[in-house]
Amino acid sequence: MFTKIMVPVDLAHADKLERALQCAADLATHYKATVVYVGVAAATPGSVAHTPQEFAEKLAAFAAAQGESAGISTDSLAMTSHDPSTDLDPTLLDALDQCGADLVVMASHIPNLTDYIWPSNGGTIARRAKVSVMVVR
Amino acid sequence: MAETTENQGIPEPEGKSQIIDTDYEIGQDNIETQIGPFGLDVHNPVFLISGMCVIAFVFYALALPDQAGSVFSWMFGAVTKGFDWFFLGAANIFVIFCLLLIVLPVGKVRLGGADARPDYTYMGWFAMLFAAGMGIGLMFYGVSEPMSHFASSIGGTATEGGVRTDWAPLGAAAGDQQAAIELAFAATIFHWGLHPWAIYAVVALALALFSYNKGLPLTIRSAFYPILGDRVWGWPGHVIDILAVFATLFGLATSLGFGATQANAGLNELFGIPVSSTTEVVLISIITAIALISVVRGLDGGVKVLSEINMGLAALLLLFVLIAGPTIAILTGFVDFLAAYLTHLPALSNPIGREDVNFSQGWTSFYWAWWISWSPFVGMFIARVSRGRTVREFVVCVLLIPSLVCVLWMSVFGGVAIQQVIQDGYTAAQEAPLELKLFKMLDALPLTQITSLIGIVLVIVFFVTSSDSGSLVIDTITAGGKVDAPVPQRVFWCIFEGAVAIVLLLSAGGLQSLQSMVISTGLPFTVVLLVMCWAIWKGLLAERKVK
Repeated sequence: MFTKIMVPVDLAHADKLERALQCAADLATHYKATVVYVGVAAATPGSVAHTPQEFAEKLAAFAAAQGESAGISTDSLAMTSHDPSTDLDPTLLDALDQCGADLVVMASHIPNLTDYIWPSNGGTIARRAKVSVMVVR
Repeated sequence: MAETTENQGIPEPEGKSQIIDTDYEIGQDNIETQIGPFGLDVHNPVFLISGMCVIAFVFYALALPDQAGSVFSWMFGAVTKGFDWFFLGAANIFVIFCLLLIVLPVGKVRLGGADARPDYTYMGWFAMLFAAGMGIGLMFYGVSEPMSHFASSIGGTATEGGVRTDWAPLGAAAGDQQAAIELAFAATIFHWGLHPWAIYAVVALALALFSYNKGLPLTIRSAFYPILGDRVWGWPGHVIDILAVFATLFGLATSLGFGATQANAGLNELFGIPVSSTTEVVLISIITAIALISVVRGLDGGVKVLSEINMGLAALLLLFVLIAGPTIAILTGFVDFLAAYLTHLPALSNPIGREDVNFSQGWTSFYWAWWISWSPFVGMFIARVSRGRTVREFVVCVLLIPSLVCVLWMSVFGGVAIQQVIQDGYTAAQEAPLELKLFKMLDALPLTQITSLIGIVLVIVFFVTSSDSGSLVIDTITAGGKVDAPVPQRVFWCIFEGAVAIVLLLSAGGLQSLQSMVISTGLPFTVVLLVMCWAIWKGLLAERKVK
């Protein structure tokens, strides 16, 4: 049913993505799909990497590690954004177009009051993406 | 199996650059927490201390307005009068340093690595440089400054007890109309041309170089790494960043307060809206609300769009005044004024043995301190949008092009106003208070209602761009150089700026005294900037060695 699964990851908080990563790996195993891990970083040095290139390398290493531990085929896609705090959603939608995934598996928080002002990234992607989106809370 | 897809959104290849090897991890001192529904990712202790200091100073200015006023104005006088030689000398060093960077081989170094590509087109980049740098000042001083210098120059010199008491630049030009005009424009261009932009360029280049090429966080302290080493991540660095937040926030809040006063005067002139604290508070609230929308939309969707709108409107107004005014006289004036600037530049920038003490201390030294106290904010913003440019391209675009635009702007607006006085005997602009000079000048041209409205819109939008870019900068510094901190933090700083401006506006003399204090921060920052020149040089040489 699905051939490519996009999983947005925040490498600075990878520990909080456990459920989404597991879910994506299970689906990939079931459908024999490739999982594409997508990361978004600014061009300025951040907590994960000093340069966009280093960020891409770390994301690729993360994808490789996930592939090895779950026994699935993985890929990575590093995106840069001038202002990741505000441009995360459009950048992820761009990434979706670029990688051609037919399913997005995405971690999100339990909705709270702020979601009325700033909808969660998971919520926005689910609303705007043309493909199926699974939001893991 | 893992397979890395190539060229996916990364501006690659980045090429070689000399990353500084430090154990410091960006964000390692940050506190990540949740306050109610809002996420927070802030640097400890920069965020807390700078926030508390701001609140403490506002309370001080409110509780003891007279004492605060006299302390701050004493400090201001002591700094601009006692250290005028230092400001003038240092600013000359910044200009020479920048000009050298254009011609020396280190100019080839690219910000962001040898093969990095620019993040923004020339148009978007230039609009943002300009809006953050001095847009608003041009609106208010474009007419008034050339007129002031013209009046004082033609009035000649006056001495009392062997000390000059007049405000004319250099030796004045008593009774000589043409010489007085040239001297007036030379002095104005001197204050708005190469020197201020060299100040911004030094800070911006230091931040861009140490962040994009050396991998250090985008905060002011990073430029001190070559001197302080890893101590920069401790208290010396905290103090530098706190000072920068302090200068930026108060600089913005006072400008916001004065800007509201000035926009109110314009609205009163045009629509008869009363000049009152209520109107000014409403104006600050509107400016802050628009800035909030812009801040939430981010760098590309907010600040850049507003900067481009502003540049378009400013160009339109400039073109209109040029065509509606004495076009030929203005255009020949532009060339003459530029030549007058170059002729008088050595004397105007001379830091020692000046006879025109009022001019060199009250105008030049004041301006230099003001630009320098703004430099952490403008420099950091310029750095944020300048990745991918070579050092040479960067310095040419930050130093020379804005200087030329300022010359053109001053020649057109000031030129028309002076022509109105000399040729038509129209003195309304000359006699009007500072905030009304522009509108009075436009009064004598056709389509006054439309052009004055554009003038007010420009003033307001320039303030919005200052407020939103300032919030981004403060947020980045107080988040330890992280640019992906939660959006509510920016919203907090944006509202905080507006609130501080309103509180100070409502207190008698609050804005004035804090402005004096902000300008006084120019003195320690001048030392910071001189150190930055050395750090840039060292950093660029290391880049050149990387093969």
